[in-house]
Amino acid sequence: MRIFSKLYIALILSLIYLPMFVLVINSFNQSKYGVKWGGFTTSWYTKLFNNDGLIQAALNSLTVSVIAATAATVIGTLAAVALHRYQFKGKALLSSMVFVAMLTPEIVMAIALLIVFISLGITLGFVSLVIAHITFCLPFVIVAVYARLKEFDMRMLNAAKDLGASELRIFIEIILPLILPAVISGWLLSFTLSLDDVIVSAFVTGPGYEILPLKVYSMVKVGVSPEVNAISTLLLVVSLTIVIISQLLIRKDKTQ
Amino acid sequence: MKLNNFTFNCGIFKCLAIGLASLWLTLFVFFPSVLVMITSFLTRDPQNTVALPVNIANYQKAFDPLYLQVFLDSLTMSILATICCLLIAYPFALAISKLDKRWQAIALFLMIVPFWTNSLVRTYAIQFILGKQGLINKALLALDVIDKPLQLMYTQGAVIIGLCYILLPFMVLPLFSSLEKLDSKLELAAQDLGANAWQRFWHITIPLTMPGIVAGCLMVLLPSMGMYYIADLLGGAKNLLLGNVIKTQFLNTRDWPFGSAFSVLLMLLLAFMLWLYFRAAKFANKQGGLGDANF
Repeated sequence: MRIFSKLYIALILSLIYLPMFVLVINSFNQSKYGVKWGGFTTSWYTKLFNNDGLIQAALNSLTVSVIAATAATVIGTLAAVALHRYQFKGKALLSSMVFVAMLTPEIVMAIALLIVFISLGITLGFVSLVIAHITFCLPFVIVAVYARLKEFDMRMLNAAKDLGASELRIFIEIILPLILPAVISGWLLSFTLSLDDVIVSAFVTGPGYEILPLKVYSMVKVGVSPEVNAISTLLLVVSLTIVIISQLLIRKDKTQ
Repeated sequence: MKLNNFTFNCGIFKCLAIGLASLWLTLFVFFPSVLVMITSFLTRDPQNTVALPVNIANYQKAFDPLYLQVFLDSLTMSILATICCLLIAYPFALAISKLDKRWQAIALFLMIVPFWTNSLVRTYAIQFILGKQGLINKALLALDVIDKPLQLMYTQGAVIIGLCYILLPFMVLPLFSSLEKLDSKLELAAQDLGANAWQRFWHITIPLTMPGIVAGCLMVLLPSMGMYYIADLLGGAKNLLLGNVIKTQFLNTRDWPFGSAFSVLLMLLLAFMLWLYFRAAKFANKQGGLGDANF
């Protein structure tokens, strides 16, 4: 029985990684259609870096993701602290909006945001993308930071307050250093969520502003090709690296 | 003077912390949902996208047999994917919960990491397994089981596999967290009273992990209905999922009111399932005094 359950875990985990593994190998395959191994090459990657449209889309994506992740982290951290520390009118409403935002299927959020942008007269493109990405990253940051806040002793904050520290000072000098790992990992996860998003972006972007996931999506729809393998591998490596860093941050933090 | 200064600072920080997020969520989560509801009662207009006459025609159209069929078919696809996910994930979560702490952390880590990576890329990668030149066909051909490649891609089965593949962690995590809380003394007690392994599983483990099961099913079912790119890439250009229907209405047909009506129906379904979830959680709490909301 024991051995069966261990084998089952190994089987499922290897099935999860197998497609990604084949993809990465094929991105270095000289043979164009990936039918057979035609020898090792990095020429598909060289081709990518000479594709100006793709590079521009990647730069646009990076800009959107950095701005959205940073804004979501600032707003989300403050919100988590408020939800944890204060009693205020509408607290239940705020936490239920976080809950709803987290559970709303992306497609529903996408059309809702599209309707809002059109009715508020916001041009579809850079601004609408940033707003949309902040919106879907926000609940993840709030939940991550809130979980961390719940773990530590609140009494020292009351002590600081009794000694006359202002709320701002308490936040900067006591709370922030304690929750920093959760804040950083919230930023990193927001960044990858934003960098990888297809569903929401497809609705709220305009013709003038191309971003990487949508460009990749239009390439991928055509079928298997070596350039797509290369760009996909790059995306995979970038998000894997970021995720591993952020997971290690949380983990290390917990063992301390 | 000092006291004044203190209350002033406190006020600003507190207001900022509460206000920013409240404003943002009101403006971009609450307000949009209201607008979708309003739009769903409007009429399509070629010039301005939507026009005034308020009516329920969009809902009548949604319940028209043709669209109702699309709605039910896509719901069936998502439900099938959810069931497959549960059947794969439950033994997986159970097996992980029996490991010692160190290996548990490693196994969960290995499963969570891909979940945060690009799901479009991972969907694309499935083609290397299911395609005409994919691993499965190559293996079967090499073993002489078949003499020409099977058509695995662009089928409903491929979409279900894709959904399971992408959404598996959403199922495993809530299952694992409720299995972890399970009190092993209850099982021992049942064993002492003569229950066999199957009876213990069926009468103790399953009921007590019900909140985890329902939470996992919700967390797979809800996103699965919207993941139109999985249906596009693995199922061919058919309207297989609710997400594809909504996307077509918004981006191709440009019938926003009808697309909104479909989304409202989707949200109502969501609300109904959340209600079921909280009922199940309450039920389990009463049953064994174990387990609480898994979110």
